[in-house]
Amino acid sequence: MSEKPWISVCEFDDLIPDTGVCALVNNQQVAIFRSRRLNEIFAVSNYDPIGEANVLSRGIIGSIGDEVVVASPLYKEHYNLRTGECLEKPEYNVAVYPVRIDDGLVQVQA
Amino acid sequence: MKKRIVVVGNGMVGHKFIDNLVNHADADQYKVITFSEEPRLAYDRVQLSKYFSGSTAEDLALTNADYYNEKSVEFILKDKVIDLDFDNKEVITASGRREGYDKLILATGSFPFVPPIPGNNGEHCLVYRTIEDLEAITNSAKQSKVGVVVGGGLLGLEAAAALKAAGLETHVVEFAPRLMAVQLDEGGGKLLRRKIEAIGVKVHTQKATNEIVAGTELRYRMNFADGSHLETDMILFSAGIRPQDELARKCGIQLGERGGIVVDNNCQTNIDNVYAIGECALWNNRIYGLVAPGYQMAKVAVSHITGGSDQFMGADMSTKLKLLGVDVASIGDAHGTTPGSLSYTYSNDVDEVYKRMIVSADNKKLLGAVLVGDVEAYGTLQQMCVNGMDLPEDPNCLILPNVEGGSGMAIGVDALPEAAMICSCYDVSKGAICCSVQNGARTMGDIKALTKASTGCGGCTALTKQVMDSELKKLGVEVSNHICEHFPHSRQELADIVRIKQIKTFDELLDGHGHGLGCDICKPAVGSILAAFWNEYVLDKKHIGLQDTNDIFLGNMQKDGTYSIVPRVAGGEITPDKLIVLGQVAKQYKLYTKITGGQRIDLFGAQLHQLPAIWKVLVEAGFETGHAYGKSLRTVKSCVGSTWCRYGVLDSVGMAITLENRYKGVRAPHKIKFGVSGCTRECAEAQSKDFGVIATETGWSLYVCGNGGMRPRHADLFATGLDDVTLIKYIDRVMMFYIRTGDRLQRTSVWLENMEGGLDYLKKVVIDDKLSICAELEAQMAYNISQYQCEWKTTVENDELQKRFKHFINTDATDSNLAYVVEREQIRPATALERNNTNIQFVELVD
Repeated sequence: MSEKPWISVCEFDDLIPDTGVCALVNNQQVAIFRSRRLNEIFAVSNYDPIGEANVLSRGIIGSIGDEVVVASPLYKEHYNLRTGECLEKPEYNVAVYPVRIDDGLVQVQA
Repeated sequence: MKKRIVVVGNGMVGHKFIDNLVNHADADQYKVITFSEEPRLAYDRVQLSKYFSGSTAEDLALTNADYYNEKSVEFILKDKVIDLDFDNKEVITASGRREGYDKLILATGSFPFVPPIPGNNGEHCLVYRTIEDLEAITNSAKQSKVGVVVGGGLLGLEAAAALKAAGLETHVVEFAPRLMAVQLDEGGGKLLRRKIEAIGVKVHTQKATNEIVAGTELRYRMNFADGSHLETDMILFSAGIRPQDELARKCGIQLGERGGIVVDNNCQTNIDNVYAIGECALWNNRIYGLVAPGYQMAKVAVSHITGGSDQFMGADMSTKLKLLGVDVASIGDAHGTTPGSLSYTYSNDVDEVYKRMIVSADNKKLLGAVLVGDVEAYGTLQQMCVNGMDLPEDPNCLILPNVEGGSGMAIGVDALPEAAMICSCYDVSKGAICCSVQNGARTMGDIKALTKASTGCGGCTALTKQVMDSELKKLGVEVSNHICEHFPHSRQELADIVRIKQIKTFDELLDGHGHGLGCDICKPAVGSILAAFWNEYVLDKKHIGLQDTNDIFLGNMQKDGTYSIVPRVAGGEITPDKLIVLGQVAKQYKLYTKITGGQRIDLFGAQLHQLPAIWKVLVEAGFETGHAYGKSLRTVKSCVGSTWCRYGVLDSVGMAITLENRYKGVRAPHKIKFGVSGCTRECAEAQSKDFGVIATETGWSLYVCGNGGMRPRHADLFATGLDDVTLIKYIDRVMMFYIRTGDRLQRTSVWLENMEGGLDYLKKVVIDDKLSICAELEAQMAYNISQYQCEWKTTVENDELQKRFKHFINTDATDSNLAYVVEREQIRPATALERNNTNIQFVELVD
């Protein structure tokens, strides 16, 4: 199977440091976060599998130990932004998407 | 068959007996029946004076019909037991009812002693013991200008406080040469008198009343033995109590020479199967007129009936209380009557403090003490006295102020025996506190919930905390108050750092004082601290990543990710035009509409992208954000007050609006609610709020740190008779002190419960300015208020700021996951079952 194409969703400058946005990519809701301290961006599914709502892009990002996480705005479970795993309930996880900056644009494969 | 236990009298001690028995492991073996001649079940007579500051009979109740029914306790009110038939083991009531018993408990209490003075039975000659008495006093006070209390003892002074509070010119007439002659020595009594006179109560000692006759200017004239006289409109007798032993006397139960039912160490009378407990019982030729010994007797009687081995061995009569605003304490042999005893006295007329310790002839043991004006040493001295502990090398340090190891010096709690009684109101020993710590209690709040220690008079709070801390230390529990892994500081410390170093952003704080990236614990907490001190727009790019679920889009996120909208309706007052606007907006966007508990209107189901458009309409109509999403002032609930209400005393709506507009937008450790009632009927339920304001004839009463919700707590009375300016000044100070020192997500109720020194300490900080920070607190509040902005107004006036309010950054599409059905003519989110049902028609969403 050929690799999915990179889809541009917004400009890098549209991302406010240490917050998230949601993009619709191939009919999937993708939460994209920018960490100013790490100078890095992350993309995971926007769907909170525990709260059962499309809200993860509106969560607070941070760190727990060495993991970079987002806290669900509904019930505050933490999801690892690199692996998608839920820290409190490992039986839950969210999809992680490749994301990059290309010529000032934020691009996602989904 | 169950044993029948009949309890005659349902006062505090009678109820305590029942409560102990029905919660005993063998409770199912007993059937309890109780009689009371009063029209209501047991209530707290110790707190009786609170009736005058707004507490209702319900507030004072110690139990209720539901509880007794649940525990299968049969209770018969307003039917006095008038005879006992020992042969058939039956009690007989005034109505002719006969009830058999296996064990009979006499808990008939006491009655107020009214000296046999001619004329003592006038319509406005009253006593102070029951709620009915208080009702009579209230009625009489309304028709009086001057009131006299006969009796300068503990209860007499409480009665005087009640008359003073009712606005009467108040006199205390005492037969003895000083006030509180039983508890205080000459020096203590003198200072107490001086302090009480300073607040306007007139004290007359060494006055024997010969007769009460009609007055010439006022209703009555009291003629004294020394030829002087005093005119008054009402007279309250509070000259001590007498055991209510009439029934026992009639039935031939052994009494003491001067009355009182004689009991042994098991609280048994001379008649088989008959016990007496509380103020009607005479043990070792002594009546105990305090509630704690009565409770001990109740416990002993239950123990004896259930086969236990507890014995009543006398009780410590030490007391610490506040009378007419004066702190007074008396411990052990306060008069130094022990042969050979010596004393230490510290007397300071300038600061109005008097302390005297009585020590044994060999200067080794503390025998008693009197404290007036400063009772901080009470806990230490009382424990030292009761437990027979050795005095320190230099006993002076126990009562001298401001010297190294001075009166603040606590005895090492480790020196206390396990059995040492820490809280005598609730009979909690040091061992019990340690035990609850071993079982996981970590805070004063935990200890209070588990043991009830220091929830009565509060006199033991400091000592309880010391016991808890010491036990925690022994268990090796490091009580870390660090907010989270990113900062080695408590919220209070972070607040101090932000304030003192003038830190304006989270990054600056994390760089200087933390590590890692931060998290959903510390970010919102720091966001709140920054907002509390600098009050900048919370959605500024510097702060936006700190905002929690609701704050980050200035709405309350619901379970499906949509928001509810709550505009501010200050004081609950709203014009018809504004109501119409809310209706129109709700209709246009198909929002579910509900009235909140805080007298506002909540509009549910708004999608993220709709928020700016909705708020644009609301702002244009004159609405402001209600901060329902913030850890900040929510609402000021009010009743309609004097403007309309027939009973209103002051304009509660006006004050509510003033307060709400003053504190709107102020960020705090947690949400803050207010209530303002226009009279003591308290329709605004202000006493369940963080700040409660109640109108009285003499001004506003301020209550603080109440809470509804999961852990209800009645607010504490903080100050009375306040004018508008003083009221606001005190609220400014308390609120800013809470903002500075509260823990993360700690409501004011828990904040106060965990505060060392409790309410008294808070009063010292806020009213007496003990820490000299009041000016700073007020300035800080003034600055915060000056920086107020309606966050939604700022947002809708700036297109750039509204860009974030979209579900997707790359398309105008909306969340396809939302689904609503209609219920009771409004929308609600579809359930999982409904979502999978293809036959269900979902509501078409508004763009």
